[in-house]
This record gives sequence, C-alpha cells and structure tokens, in this order.
Amino acid sequence: MGVLSRVVAAVSALVFAPAASVPAIAAEPPHRVVSMNVCTDQLAMLLAGEGQLYSVSYLASDPSASVLAGEAGRYAVNHGLAEEVFLMSPDLVIAGTYTTRTTVALLRRLGFRVEEFAPASSFADIREHIMRMGEILGRQEKAFELVAQMDAELAELRAQPSSGKTVALYYANNYTSGAGTLVDETVKAAGLVNIADKLGMQGTSQLPLELLVLEKPDLVVTSEGEYAAPALAEQGYVHPAFKALTGGRKAVNVPSKYTICGAPFTLEAVRIMRDAARTQEGKTQ
Amino acid sequence: MIETARYRLLLGLLAAAAIILFVLSLTVGPAAIGFGESIAALFDSKEAGPLALIMQEIRLPRAILGLMIGATLGLSGAVLQGYLRNPLAEPALLGISATASLGAVLAIYTGFSLVFPLGLPLAALAGAVVAVIVVQAMAGMRGGALTIILAGVALSSLAAAMTSLALNLSPNPFAALEIMFWMLGSLTDRSMTHVWLAAPFMVVGWAMLASVGRSLDTLTLGRDAAASMGVDLRRVQLLAVLGTAASVGAATAVAGAIGFVGLVVPHLLRPFVGARPSRLLPASALGGACVLLAADILVRVIAPGKDLKLGVLTAIVGAPFFLWLVYRTRRNLL
Repeated sequence: MGVLSRVVAAVSALVFAPAASVPAIAAEPPHRVVSMNVCTDQLAMLLAGEGQLYSVSYLASDPSASVLAGEAGRYAVNHGLAEEVFLMSPDLVIAGTYTTRTTVALLRRLGFRVEEFAPASSFADIREHIMRMGEILGRQEKAFELVAQMDAELAELRAQPSSGKTVALYYANNYTSGAGTLVDETVKAAGLVNIADKLGMQGTSQLPLELLVLEKPDLVVTSEGEYAAPALAEQGYVHPAFKALTGGRKAVNVPSKYTICGAPFTLEAVRIMRDAARTQEGKTQ
Repeated sequence: MIETARYRLLLGLLAAAAIILFVLSLTVGPAAIGFGESIAALFDSKEAGPLALIMQEIRLPRAILGLMIGATLGLSGAVLQGYLRNPLAEPALLGISATASLGAVLAIYTGFSLVFPLGLPLAALAGAVVAVIVVQAMAGMRGGALTIILAGVALSSLAAAMTSLALNLSPNPFAALEIMFWMLGSLTDRSMTHVWLAAPFMVVGWAMLASVGRSLDTLTLGRDAAASMGVDLRRVQLLAVLGTAASVGAATAVAGAIGFVGLVVPHLLRPFVGARPSRLLPASALGGACVLLAADILVRVIAPGKDLKLGVLTAIVGAPFFLWLVYRTRRNLL
C-alpha cells in the first residue's frame, strides 16, 4: 500500500503540478537541498549555509570514500532513490553525471530542479565546480574564498622544487591513473613523473604487475587497507615481485578519498606524495 | 608390442608438446622481453634486475601452475570417466570445481586464510569432498549417466549461487567483482606462494589417482566382474574420491574453477591408447597440461591487458564438444 500511495502521489505530481515547481533560475537561494553524489555531498557541505543542506548520500559518511565523513552525520541520509528523494520534497537536487541516472530522469519528470556535476579531472575543474556550487547555493562569497585559499596553497606547493622522481600509482586490481585524471594532476603538482604517462596510458587503466616491475619507479603509491575485509583485488600488494620492488619499504599510501572527488582537500594527496619523495631523498643521500 | 611402442611415442610427443608450451608460456607477457633474454633472466640472481624478478616471480609460477593444474584436470577427468563409467564425467560438470571454489571463497573472504594459509587449500578440498560424495551417492543409487550429470548441474548452480552470495555480502566492494575469477579461473599474477600452497596437495592427489589405473582397467568389465577378480572397490572409491578432491581442490583454490579440460582431453586421447584407462591416465595428465598452457598463452596473446579468463576459452572449445558428445551418446544414455 505504501508503495502504491507514493506512486499515486508521484503520478499526481506529474499530472497536476509540472509547471508550478520548476522555478526559473531561482532569485532566492534554495533552502532545502538534497545531494545524491559523494562528491557533490562534500562540495555542498563545504559551501552550504546553516540549515540549507538537508540530505547527503550514504557514501558521505563512509570514511574510506569521504573526507568529511565526520560531518555527514548532521544531515539526513539518502541512497539516491527517486522515492526517498521525492518524499524529502527538496527545492534543489544535486547529482553527479554518472550515477543515479534513472533517479535524475524521474525527478526531472516530476518537476524537481536537478543540477548535475561531472567528476573533476583537474584543478581547473575543481575551481569551476566550487564556483558553480557557490552560485547554485547562493554562496558565491564563500566559494570565492575557498578557491582563493586553494589556489594559494596550490601555488605554494608548485613553487617548491620538483624532485623529478618517478612514481607508479598502483591501486586494487592493478589499476593505475594516467593522463587526464585528477590523480595525474596531483602527481604533477607534487613535482613527480607518473610512469603511466611515460607508458602512454590514458585515464584509468590496468597496469600489469610485469610492467610495473620493469619500469622500476622510485615511489609506489597505493591505496591499500581501506577495507577491513580481504579481497583478491589487493593480492597484488603481497605478491613477492611487488614486495621486492618496494624493497621492504612500505609503499606510499594516499587514501583514495582525497582523489575520488575533486575539492580543496585534494591538495592533501599532493602533500603526502611530496613528503614521501622528500623522505626518500633524505634516505638515499 | 606395436601398441606399446605407439603408446610410448604418444607419451613422448605429449611430453615434448608440454615442454614447448611451458617454455612459450614463460616468454609471453605484457613486458616485451626477447626470447633469449627472458630465458637468461630465468637463471640470473634475483638481485640482477627487474627482468629476473619478472621471470622468476611472475612468469615462472604462472607456467608451473598452468602445467600442474592442466595435469590435474586431465588426470581427474580420466579417472572420473573410468570410475563412474560415464563419458560425461569431469570435475567442473560434476560440481566439484564449483564447490571447491565455494570452500576457497569462504576461507579467503572471512579472513581465515590470512591467519592460517593452509586453510585455503584445505577449505577447497573440503568443498570438493562434499561434491564427490554427493555424486558418488547418486551414482551408487543405480543412477544412470544422466542422473549423475544432473546432480552435478544442481550442485554447481547451488555452489555458484552461494559463492555469489558470500562475495556480495563482503563489505569489500571489490569482492563482488571477483565472482568472475572464481567461476572462470585465471592464472594472472599468481606467485610462488600459490605454487607452494597448492603443489603438495596436487602431487598427493595425483599419486592417489594414478594408483587406481589398474583397477579401472578391470572395472571396464563391470563392477561385479571387477569385484570377483579381486578389485577392492571400497579402496578404489576412496582413492578416486580423495585424489580428485585433493588435486582439484588445490587447483581451484589458487586459480578458480576451469571447466571442460577434464572432459575434452580424455576423449581426444582415448582412441590412441586402446581404451585402456591405465594408459589413458598419464596421457590425459600430459594432454591436460598442454591444453591449459595453450589456453593460458592464448588469453595473453588474444586480449593483452584485458585479463581474459581461462574458463572463457576452455568453454568456447569445450561446450560444443560436450554437446556433440551428448548427441553422439544419447542413445546409450536414454
């Protein structure tokens, strides 16, 4: 019965009130915002005014995916389902361009205002996303502040001398990030050379263990140990050839939560890599 | 006499093919290393450089496992076909590989095998034993060839479903993606650790399976006749069951379930050995090794970088063969 009544409500909303609930670019900022994507969740949490953000996705409180997991508890939780978002009656829904496609289509048909954000693949994207989120939420000033601060920190990091050391990104299931990814940008900002670029790899693709061993990078960056339960995906990290490559030293662990989503905290990944390169330099000299 | 000479020639040819494929397997991989260079690196000291590391820690274990797992599948297929006197018997079709997978999955994803590494092959062995006992019970109840295969189908589906369930329930998001590995099998990036873990169980299993060859010859005359000729049926049963479980269990624990090799190879070789099970066993072991090494070379050549699963190739060849076999033998089966 519950489902039926919700369907009836949805249909009647579709039939009777399509025009009324589609505001043109709102003169007044939205005051009940629902975000359905872990990246927009975090940008909204950074920018929204008091009481403006109503709900974030369940991933926002997952410490392995979200940097702001601690703060996510203050908001209602959604799972990106049309029904649950509908019942929250938001005046703005924010989503990613790749996930919850059917939900977005349905919510639009029901007359909700939905704003979509593509995943960030560069610092320029992050800048743009922060500014756009600020505009949507009517928080331009705060957005401007965040961007200025991020740019200052980034400039400071880039101004440091680059070590030119080679680095291999080696994630679960042998995945690596090549040209055109946010991770690749952080590697460059850290003054390092990504071996995936040397091998001509584009985007996220698999780097066979053999090639990793052959390239002999100075640093290996992993994101191991993010999940308590074991999986074969992380077996690469215990392979004798991998262990011989890192020479008993632990690989540099850059938690993927810093690079899954582009935000000011992505600079943390740059810092970790830069520090690791410096530590290694100190040891070899 | 001529027959014996022909048999020896066959074994010699198969062994030569296995050696050639073993060496080829060592020289195929994403890192483009020349043939001479790679063989030289195989014997270098490990500190010599990345080439030695690649050859000794990545490609060598892969080739060894290909050889041993192929031999396991060929040998156990031949024994099961002879012992159950069923042309359609083989570890994967009877559900033995699938239940071994389930055992291995439970050991790995609960973290048990991290604490106790031997737990992995032992759990897979336990899974395999369950399947062999179920199949055995079905065969014992005057079950025809079809009954056994149907029991195997049911067992496979159940084990596959339970494997999927266990992997989907894992809090690690990667676990669910690994269903493919456990259902189709792969030798990508296995290590010497896997070889040491699985090899003892496989060797013990082979010894058990090889020892039933003579009894299988007598069994071709029928169970009663064999018993009256002094064959200890209970002993044969124990050796066939435990030998299959130990070798297939260990093979599945490190490489996932690989189908059809155990079905196709004995059938292809039977005409050459004069339909004598004791002669078919060594030939099938060598033939299985050739087939699996060839399949493992092909997955790397056909789709480099795509991590194609072995079971995809073995099924493309094996499933039509199975259908043909069913078609040809259906008069006897029904």
